[in-house]
Amino acid sequence: MNSFTYTAAPDANTAAALLTADKHAQLIAGGTNLLDLMKENVAQPAALIDINNIDGLDGITTLDNGGLRLGALAHNADTAYHPLVEQKYPLLAKAILSGASAQLRNMATNGGNMMQRTRCYYFYDTSTPCNKREPGTGCSAIGGYNRIHAILGASDSCIATFPSDMCNALAALDATINVTGPEGDRVIAFTDFHRLPGDEPQLDNILKHGELITSIDLPKNGFEKNYAYLKLRDRTSYAFALVAIATGLELQDGLIKNARIACGGLAHKPWRKPEAEDYLIDKVPIKENFEAAADIILNGAMGYKDNAFKIELAKRAIVRNCLTAANLNN
Amino acid sequence: MQQKYIGQPVSRVDGEAKVTGSAKYAAEFNVPKLRYGYVVNSTIAKGKIIKINLERAMAVQGVIKIYTHENRPSTAWLSFNYADMDAPPGKPFVPMHNNKIVYNGQPIAMIVAETFEQARYAASLVTVEYDKEEHESDLHAHLTEARLPKKGLATLLKPGPPKPKGEAEKIYEASPVKAAGTFVHGIEHHNPMEMFASTVVYEGEKKLTIFDKTQGTINCQLYVANVFGLPFKNVRVISHYVGGAFGSGLRPQYQLFLAVMASLDLKKSVRLSMNRHQMFTFGHRPATVQKTKFGANDVGKIQAINHESIGETSQFEDYTEIVVNWANMLYPSPNTKLQYKLKPLDVASPMDMRAPGGATGLHAVEVTIDELAYQAKMDPVDFRLLNYTDMDQTTEKPYSSKELKECFKQAADKFGWKNRNPEPRSMRRNHKLIGWGIATGIWEAMQLPTRAEAVLTADGKLTVSSATSDFGTGTYTVMAQIAADCMGMDLADVSFKLGDSDMPFAPISGGSFTAASTGTAVQAACLGLRKKLLKKAQKMVAAFTEAEFDDIDFTDSGLHLKNNSGPPLSYREIVAATKEKTLKSKNMGWPNAMKQRKFTRATHSAVFVEVEVDEDFGIVKVTRMVTAVAAGKILNPKTARSQILGGMVWGISKALREESVMDHRFGKFMNDSLAEYHLPVNADINDLEVIFVEEDDKIVNDLGIKGLGEIGLVAVPPAIANAVFHATGKRVNDLPITMDKVMDYASPLV
Ligand SMILES: Cc1cc2nc3c(=O)[nH]c(=O)nc-3n(C[C@H](O)[C@H](O)[C@H](O)COP(=O)(O)OP(=O)(O)OC[C@H]3O[C@@H](n4cnc5c(N)ncnc54)[C@H](O)[C@@H]3O)c2cc1C
Ligand code: SF4
Repeated sequence: MNSFTYTAAPDANTAAALLTADKHAQLIAGGTNLLDLMKENVAQPAALIDINNIDGLDGITTLDNGGLRLGALAHNADTAYHPLVEQKYPLLAKAILSGASAQLRNMATNGGNMMQRTRCYYFYDTSTPCNKREPGTGCSAIGGYNRIHAILGASDSCIATFPSDMCNALAALDATINVTGPEGDRVIAFTDFHRLPGDEPQLDNILKHGELITSIDLPKNGFEKNYAYLKLRDRTSYAFALVAIATGLELQDGLIKNARIACGGLAHKPWRKPEAEDYLIDKVPIKENFEAAADIILNGAMGYKDNAFKIELAKRAIVRNCLTAANLNN
Repeated sequence: MQQKYIGQPVSRVDGEAKVTGSAKYAAEFNVPKLRYGYVVNSTIAKGKIIKINLERAMAVQGVIKIYTHENRPSTAWLSFNYADMDAPPGKPFVPMHNNKIVYNGQPIAMIVAETFEQARYAASLVTVEYDKEEHESDLHAHLTEARLPKKGLATLLKPGPPKPKGEAEKIYEASPVKAAGTFVHGIEHHNPMEMFASTVVYEGEKKLTIFDKTQGTINCQLYVANVFGLPFKNVRVISHYVGGAFGSGLRPQYQLFLAVMASLDLKKSVRLSMNRHQMFTFGHRPATVQKTKFGANDVGKIQAINHESIGETSQFEDYTEIVVNWANMLYPSPNTKLQYKLKPLDVASPMDMRAPGGATGLHAVEVTIDELAYQAKMDPVDFRLLNYTDMDQTTEKPYSSKELKECFKQAADKFGWKNRNPEPRSMRRNHKLIGWGIATGIWEAMQLPTRAEAVLTADGKLTVSSATSDFGTGTYTVMAQIAADCMGMDLADVSFKLGDSDMPFAPISGGSFTAASTGTAVQAACLGLRKKLLKKAQKMVAAFTEAEFDDIDFTDSGLHLKNNSGPPLSYREIVAATKEKTLKSKNMGWPNAMKQRKFTRATHSAVFVEVEVDEDFGIVKVTRMVTAVAAGKILNPKTARSQILGGMVWGISKALREESVMDHRFGKFMNDSLAEYHLPVNADINDLEVIFVEEDDKIVNDLGIKGLGEIGLVAVPPAIANAVFHATGKRVNDLPITMDKVMDYASPLV
């Protein structure tokens, strides 16, 4: 851990200004990811700007359009157990609760969850090359131990995955992200927020330095009737997803009228394929149709030495989860 | 002796101290002006250090000194001075000995600073230039280079395989019923909750008190004295509480060496603790590859056992464990060929880890036996009963006691084994295939000479002590129970002390021999004390003068004449009448070699497991498990049950979760944290049941104690593997059994 300065920001504008002023400054919310990274010398911020004292960022409030606003500083646990989330967005509640542990979820914030970094072993180990940690040094995971790595959307510079569970549900629900910064406020569609590694794997998302996430908006449709979240991992709890699937369906007269499938553990971002969702429209919710959708989602998937099994695993997980969402699983 | 406490489920006497936090561990002892160390580890596996750049680290405020191989004070010259009680044949690793790198993660520099944070920060600023050499770390790439292990002192407790009998290969080939397998185990690290730490208190010229995490305070005392040339009596090592160790504390670890070195050099008290990554930079359970070939005749009688194992070791020590001797201890066979070899690699020396060798070897043995039962078309329990023996075939000695048949019976009943459909893939619940499997466990019941002291004071309290350890095993509690019964006292008046090299001699604690060894010592010390009490009594009261030792009942904290020829005399009165107001007896508890040598002494277990396997995903869940254990006298069913439950959880972990994964390009473990080194969590553990089948065995020792540390673990991984086979029809012999190995898939690979 390096030495750093610490400032508690009184409001969002000050936080953004402090951040903008120092290229090596970083925000800290729950600290459950950032402090680990600092202890490992992976993150070495010169200044920490604590946003926990900022008023008004931890609320969960209804929106005029029937949606729900989740404050960036609302804790993961408070979000998952909020009555409106439980009722209207059970997919989100379930996704959050499948992540980390109770203690971590109590500390972790919604903003921090979206900004958490990959769990690639090499990213964490400063004695090994890693393009995400030190651009230009190479990717150790390619040709190394890559069990938890990407099968979709990876590049020659990085095959890391984005580890969040919460974000798979947010992607499936078509959430939007409210951001403030030196150039004012902007709104980002959730599926545009995280990016693929390309040749700039050091960038996880499109947030600019100086910007701060203030809240996340959920649209009215929570898919609360037909939803399912499935997380497959190496132990029953307290492990990151090898494959995670968030599914929301709308069914009418035995046909699928609307479908959302977002996959975690497969790529550098929650993976959605609108073609697969469109394919399902007006189809009957049966195994064969979900298999066809899974094939579309997984089109172009590539495995490495230790993770090739994830391609078939993901396909079976998508099918199982969609059947569960349609209440067709026994 | 009336057994009032022995055999009772007494709650841990140290429980309150542990849950309230008043129990102090090695890194929690604070003294004024304590200095803090932090270690820098090598990042290559083999080569030489050309230069260590320390300028930036030295400039950090609070840094006092940085030690490297270039400036470290000199220590003992001869290699044997570094050999501790558990050192395998070879030359023990000496931290910062020279510029050579022999494994990735080796300690190469130590910062000492005024605060821990300063030391840690400074350590992050050290950069090292290496001259790298090609290293070898992948056992699988070097199997053909394996050789026989060197022999040494450690071989006494861990004998090599017995000589071959008959023609095992030929008979195997000719057998009508055959089973064979290749079994692969990766490396595992002990990962106790408490990380290694030493707080070295500088007490003046050449005199130290050391709070250390260890399974043997006297082992560490001898090591420190030998290495640093200090008089033994000037080195006191204390380890009252140990937050788990599982064998990792059987040898002094590098933090002890380095903290002592800095303390002597700076003439200051120094603390050095490891972080979680550093817990992956010393001993581990070695990776192994085993091959079995078992054959049986038409009626299912085993007639050939071939079992070979190749394990890794370091380039500097030949670490050995007993992997291949078990099959022939459990199953008679006229033809056996058992082979054990090592391949040295550029890694840290492996170390004993819970049930060393047994947890490895029995997996191969018991899965092969299961397969053999299938091939013979017999129920796996019946097959084992058909091949049952009361004789250890490796030594041709009978077992001192062996209630394994009863274990099978009771566990099978509890489990409901008779309802099993033997056909693989025949049982299911929705998406889950159900499998039932069993395995047998065995572990040796050893005993080593140990000393204890019993002290009675005029307030009627008894304190018994021995330099042994309690790393969660319950030693504090069961020894107090034994002492209370031996003296006929109230448990509340008895306390047992341990974990201090100033106390009477005890060897390192491991291999399940602590309860038997220390228990016998406690009994001996109490016997000594009773004799002294009688002597004093004889001088005090006429009625006792003529009494022989056997005429007295030592109960209710007093001497009672069996013939009631006079009133009792309390311990208090006797002690009060002594000049010193205390009465002491220090005695050695010797193993009774005359009795013991005619027998093989061992504990046994039968484990029944149910698994659910998701038919699509290959995810295995152990839904229930019944373990029946025959391990002599159970001193305390409550702490004993905890021991066995811990072993069962570990078995689930070994079968399904744990493995230290190395990237052989770097020779480095990549999942070296508790987030990525997967130990089971609560959600992985379901219904576990423990049955004790008691044995009355006076051959092992007077109290009939056999030990429980390892027996709870050994049979669990094969029982799970056999259940997975029953569920899926697939044998996964490569541990851990992760979903990718169970599910069938064909995917394109880049
Ligand atoms: C052992 C372990 C297991 C875990 N398992 C899971 C799991 O299974 N599934 C899962 O989803 N997660 C898991 N997590 C990750 C956990 O969800 C994240 O650590 C947590 O969500 C981060 O939130 P935080 O508030 O603590 O973020 P912090 O650590 O405070 O910050 C993380 C990053 O976000 C930035 N940041 C924080 N708030 C904002 C904001 N408002 N605007 C802009 N940037 C911001 C910070 O600058 C920092 O870069 C696990 C974590 C651990 C340690
Ligand atoms: S996958 Fe990405 S994060 Fe991992 S080593 Fe490669 S570049 Fe680094």
